[in-house]
Amino acid sequence: MSNAPFTFSELEAQLNDTLELVLSTDRTTSDIANTLKDLTREQQEFVMKWSIVSSRSNAELAYQFVENSASAFRKMSMDDVHNWLIQAMDVYDRQGLYQAASVLRKVDKFSQAARGKTNSISFEEVAGVLEKFICGLSGRDLKLEAGDIFFTDTKRLFLPGVITRFKKQSDNYSLYKSMATQLWAQTWYGTFHINPVTELDQFERRDRALQLFCYLETIRLTHCIKRDLPGLHREMLALHDQSETPKLGPDWLTWIKKLEASKATVGDTYDAVTALYNLNKKIPESFYYQPLLNPEVVVAVMAERINEEKNALQHALNDMSGEFRSAKAEDDEPEELEFKVERHDDENEASGFRYELTADDEPVAPPIDVKNLLESIFQDLGEIPPEYLVAAGDGGYRPGGSESNNSCKPGDADVIYYNEWDYRRQQYRKNWCWLKEKDVHPNHEPFVEQTVKKHYGLIMNIRKTFEALRGEDRLLKRQTNGDDIDLNAVVEAHADMLHGMEMSDRLFTRPSRLERNIAVMFMVDMSGSTKGWINDAEREALVLLCEALEVLGDRYAIYGFSGLTRTRCEIYRVKKFDEPYSNDVRNRITGISPKDYTRMGVTIRHLSKLLNEVEARTKLLITLSDGKPDDFDGYRGEYGIEDTRQALIEAKHLGIHPFCITIDNEAHEYLPHMYGPVNYVLLNDVKKLPLKIADIYRQLTH
Amino acid sequence: METNVLQAEALFIKDEPYYEPVGAEIKIFDAAYQNGLPVLLKGPTGCGKTRFMEYMAWRLKRPLVTVSCHDDLTASDLVGRYLITAGNTVWIDGPLARAVRTGAICYLDEVVEARKDTTVVIHPLADDRRVLPIEKTGELLRAGPEFCMTISYNPGYQSVLKDLKQSTRQRFVAIEFDYPNAELEKKIVMHESQLDESLAGKLVKFAGMTRNLRGSGLEEGASTRLLVHAGKLISAGIEPRHACRAACSEALTDDPEMLNAVNELSASLF
Repeated sequence: MSNAPFTFSELEAQLNDTLELVLSTDRTTSDIANTLKDLTREQQEFVMKWSIVSSRSNAELAYQFVENSASAFRKMSMDDVHNWLIQAMDVYDRQGLYQAASVLRKVDKFSQAARGKTNSISFEEVAGVLEKFICGLSGRDLKLEAGDIFFTDTKRLFLPGVITRFKKQSDNYSLYKSMATQLWAQTWYGTFHINPVTELDQFERRDRALQLFCYLETIRLTHCIKRDLPGLHREMLALHDQSETPKLGPDWLTWIKKLEASKATVGDTYDAVTALYNLNKKIPESFYYQPLLNPEVVVAVMAERINEEKNALQHALNDMSGEFRSAKAEDDEPEELEFKVERHDDENEASGFRYELTADDEPVAPPIDVKNLLESIFQDLGEIPPEYLVAAGDGGYRPGGSESNNSCKPGDADVIYYNEWDYRRQQYRKNWCWLKEKDVHPNHEPFVEQTVKKHYGLIMNIRKTFEALRGEDRLLKRQTNGDDIDLNAVVEAHADMLHGMEMSDRLFTRPSRLERNIAVMFMVDMSGSTKGWINDAEREALVLLCEALEVLGDRYAIYGFSGLTRTRCEIYRVKKFDEPYSNDVRNRITGISPKDYTRMGVTIRHLSKLLNEVEARTKLLITLSDGKPDDFDGYRGEYGIEDTRQALIEAKHLGIHPFCITIDNEAHEYLPHMYGPVNYVLLNDVKKLPLKIADIYRQLTH
Repeated sequence: METNVLQAEALFIKDEPYYEPVGAEIKIFDAAYQNGLPVLLKGPTGCGKTRFMEYMAWRLKRPLVTVSCHDDLTASDLVGRYLITAGNTVWIDGPLARAVRTGAICYLDEVVEARKDTTVVIHPLADDRRVLPIEKTGELLRAGPEFCMTISYNPGYQSVLKDLKQSTRQRFVAIEFDYPNAELEKKIVMHESQLDESLAGKLVKFAGMTRNLRGSGLEEGASTRLLVHAGKLISAGIEPRHACRAACSEALTDDPEMLNAVNELSASLF
């Protein structure tokens, strides 16, 4: 292979291939090829390789990358250029093309940050640990995101993309932690119990009031942190010494003292704001860990969630009152049950509180989902308003509605019909889903080879561990022939003989591999929501799995699924049980691409049927998914979940063990109900899927 | 041979083990025992199942025979076997047979770890027959009213190959165990590790935090047993953060990111 750089025309030809979709007569690749021709061969290959990768997500993204890559290579090392592109692709996944393109254009900013890396610490480096840290602190699940503004909308915590404030990296890390904790504290110690929009709108100079509120609320929350997390507070103080402490007048100190009382609430903060607002003095400089506040966003997000949770709670209470009555066998009781809830401070509970729910003055134990709802509502409102505790009627939405023309026809020979469970009716809809099995369109890109190359070390590692699993060399005892004598058996045989009994001829030991009689079916989500990195991660995960399973010798099949309405459910064959892991299979794995929606029930029924036809002692159905069951024609929410659950119960009756690997952060809310509390794994980060999947499989079948 | 055979008296528990009841488990066990019903203890690791058994053995004044099950445990390991001495054979009872003969409480810990064919041996003992057939000697041991069969099992394992068969589980009275509530757990930690109230409270709070992470990367949260370990280290003068790290974090996970997060949680409390 030549090491000479690509020539202009070679570059142009390659770029034209990759970027074909976004080129026009006005927009050609010749300028770009011109800038790239001065790079080294290695750099050029890097650009070509990653332009292909990024064009899979979006061709325009790839164009922007290629356009800026020459200048990036002038300013940064290859590793940093790689990081720069990865960051842009991350932004693309989260915020879309426009933002991603702007990251790519800001080469200078990124290269400066890369140079200042010695003391700086980036969001990516801390996000994993901090997210777990915040999750451990209790309260509802909060998602961490990098953003331009440091604030929370009560659902996500936005932190700066990089921190360089202190000279030492460890201090910058502490600052990240303090910032995240402050935002968590806002959601946990009731900063939004009083509607900030209405409250702040009363002030003429709203900006000043808001600024004042942020400052004073931070003081209150810091005190809460001091009380509950003293270790962390010490760390915050240690940082504090490095900045300047403002000198405050006596008015300020009086109010601050009030806010530092352990019973202080956000109401006290507003009182302080009112009092100090009129004093017309300069507001002290903000703390370095002081979050900003965006009242409108907070109120909007909260309103949406509160509404959802109110409905969910009312429905849950309705279910509970049904159970409660049937337990008391008083079906004729006409009136509604009266629910009451009390929250008791309990310093020792992990959440700090204990909830007592009573129905007609009789205590009832709330199921875990109701408890979580109560906690979340308390967290938002600081109370449970009585109207929330009225059980909902049996109304609700009805599934059904528009049906696409693009569907299977009932007469088609290859259409298979499946029932679907309607939980409202508590019965099946007969032959409701029309399913077709199709082949994945093979794709001849060298994706599998690239993945194997990329994860070479990991694959070697997986092979080794799986070999150990397969070669679980057990010493078979009491064999009729073998390499060694089984002393226990000989002693017994001897004893038997002395007793006048017949001597056994099974006196040898023989090492043998334990036969793993396992058949596993992988059910891969091919819905539209997997577009981009999720799809890539799924495909990479499948490649690694195939490598591992080939070593292990377990029988396996891979099917993808998608669909649009009940009349067009589609199953895509990637690998059948009796098919070897051939080039065709590799090309089909490469060809897995996002399609439409996620109708899970019918898929599970079909795949269970296929799995049931295989002879194996243990049968596993593993789902790779990125979210709840969801289809166009009302197959969502409880209806979808209940149908999926029913399909899984049917599978269990066939002796199949279902298991789910998901990357949906809300999975805790519905997966335990569908799969059972121990039959699923949630991965926080899609990028970990390929790394973890073999491990999960090993653990599952160990 | 005497040295190899533990006398039943040696298995009596003389001093009252420390046990804090969580619910009605003592009453249920008592009632099951009086009626000759076998008992299944379900629950996560380190929540007090074994301690409960010691306590019940002491309370009922019966010897306790504990067998920790492993995947190489054979039926004759439980029932017994012939050994040879000076050209003669001697029958040696296995722990199960010994428990039946002496009217002890037999506790098979982590029973799913045993091979499936082994668990079948306990079937005739665990229903109303209450007998143990010993094939080799042709004996049929009939269990007296004092004998009690108990097994334990952790349903939280995510392995499809290690599940308790219906035919086994449906013979038992099942008692579910979970970690005690915070107040009680604090009391237990204080008693076992001689810590003061505030430190014990913090440890319990820390355990709660790790249990919040169950399912988000941790298989299990810190058990009461781990807290007691951490407490003992602290009492011995180890700095709390280091004690939590050594006794809890490192025991919970090997994943560096998770380890870091758990350490941050303990550091934020102490």
